[in-house]
Amino acid sequence: MATHLHRPVSPTAPEAAQTSSGPTGADRATEVTVTKEVTETTDASAAAPRPAHAVRVEGLTRSFDGRPVIDDLRLDVRPGEFVALLGRSGCGKSTLLRILAGLDRDIEGTVLVPRRKAVAFQAPRLMPWKKVWRNVLLGLPGKPARAVADQALEEVGLGHRSDAWPKTLSGGEAQRASLARALVREPDLLLLDEPFGALDALTRIKAQRLVGELWQRRGCAVLLVTHDVEEAVLLADRVLVMDEGVIAHEQEIDLDRPRDIADPRFAEIRGQLLERLGVATAAEAA
Amino acid sequence: MSISHAPPDSQEPDISDISQQVNSPGNAVGSDATPDATATGLEPIVPASSRRTRVPRWLRRTTGPVLLLILWQLLSATGVLTPDVLASPGRIAQVAGDLIADGSLASAMTTSLQRVAGGLLLGTVIGTGLALVSGLFRVGEDIVDAPVQMLRTVPFVGLIPLFIIWFGIGEAPKIAIITLGVTFPLYLNVYAGIRGVDSQLIEAGESLGLSRWGLVRHVILPGALPGAMTGLRYSLGIAWLALVFAEQVNADSGIGFLMVQARDFLRTDVIVVCLIVYAFLGLLADFIVRTLERLLLQWRPTFTGR
Repeated sequence: MATHLHRPVSPTAPEAAQTSSGPTGADRATEVTVTKEVTETTDASAAAPRPAHAVRVEGLTRSFDGRPVIDDLRLDVRPGEFVALLGRSGCGKSTLLRILAGLDRDIEGTVLVPRRKAVAFQAPRLMPWKKVWRNVLLGLPGKPARAVADQALEEVGLGHRSDAWPKTLSGGEAQRASLARALVREPDLLLLDEPFGALDALTRIKAQRLVGELWQRRGCAVLLVTHDVEEAVLLADRVLVMDEGVIAHEQEIDLDRPRDIADPRFAEIRGQLLERLGVATAAEAA
Repeated sequence: MSISHAPPDSQEPDISDISQQVNSPGNAVGSDATPDATATGLEPIVPASSRRTRVPRWLRRTTGPVLLLILWQLLSATGVLTPDVLASPGRIAQVAGDLIADGSLASAMTTSLQRVAGGLLLGTVIGTGLALVSGLFRVGEDIVDAPVQMLRTVPFVGLIPLFIIWFGIGEAPKIAIITLGVTFPLYLNVYAGIRGVDSQLIEAGESLGLSRWGLVRHVILPGALPGAMTGLRYSLGIAWLALVFAEQVNADSGIGFLMVQARDFLRTDVIVVCLIVYAFLGLLADFIVRTLERLLLQWRPTFTGR
């Protein structure tokens, strides 16, 4: 496992990543190492130089009953980069996230992720029998003090609900608690699986803004799986469109932050991405 | 409680005050500038509270049982109901007082409670233990579940003769029969509770870095607790039932023994007192489980025990 850690990584990788990877991936087929295990790097502090990647995926294949959902996929995420992953439902984007989270290990290919990673799911998935602050601390090594949880909850604006039972939280509050639970792990990689999908429109806008702020403060890499193009363009440095088991399209979003939905360039990028996803924009339809 | 949109202390409501109108329909409307409700085609919504009868609910609910008691006493007093069929309520109260006074009821209750407690404890340990083994480990399921499912189809009361042969006629067969009755409902409910834990929560626990033991302790066992409490409730009900059966056979102490003795002397009054005691013990057990649920399952918003 450790051999992969110091493996020389091509300095041109970020540039290479900008070209959309072909659906077959035949040009890279020779360099793919097929292993049946997930390989993890140690956290950033252990390796003397900061690793050039927060995520490195090569030749990843995941099949369900012989049908590949992810087919020879390649993905690189730079440390501190915010990547949004778009795609039609069933295109394998959630499967990819589960693989990166280490929850799905029936895979072939190379997957390198930071040791410190955290997931926030679409449903908050809080343990209903533990108070909010205990949920936040769940799974942390040692016996962390409650203050640690309270601080993380304060960061997502939920300090006053620390002592509540999860089932008494509103949808937005529960999602923020779930976010606090992810952040308290101080992840180098934060995986968000449609975390705003179940929220109402107003709460969603607030939650999106919160995630944007937290990301800028923490500086961790984020992979956001979503089906909301606007959300992707609003938050991400780079938007990936997944189709037929590979990254079919990539787009750098170089708009200034904070981004404005009313910006014509925002609308342009949004239109391009929608087109990529097979949805005609209103302008085209007219 | 008025449904009027006017502020509570407003002296002049825009629409005639509803409760006022109900109480005194004659003078409520038309005393000021507000238009008559019926004249404008508006219909007053009568507050539900004004239509309720004045008799409190608890009083109405006690009326039925009290009437039944009076009828029973009347039938006994007139001789329609003879004492060797069923003693009168007055006589039963008197006998109950006597039994309490000479301590025989207390000692019988203690003996019976000890039997139930023993059987319940053993059955809980065995039932929960087996459920943990088959719920948490696939190997355990393969080995444990099939025999338990087979054995559970045997009516445990039918095993009394066998238990008497094995354990004699002391306390052992009685506790064994209660244990047997308690084990299966607990096993089934705890096992179902473990297997019914939301897989999404288990996955979340995994993603949080919980070890296998951590998952069991923080996710699976608390998640199985509601099922376990249901099992405990069933078990308690069955424990009393098993106690009645066990005590009717070769007992020389306990409430069942009192009943058997009373049967031999046609003392229906003592039998009824014993039945009432059984009912009270059942209520007590139910109260204990409710309290346990309130303490252990307070995270459930659906739980409204007060």
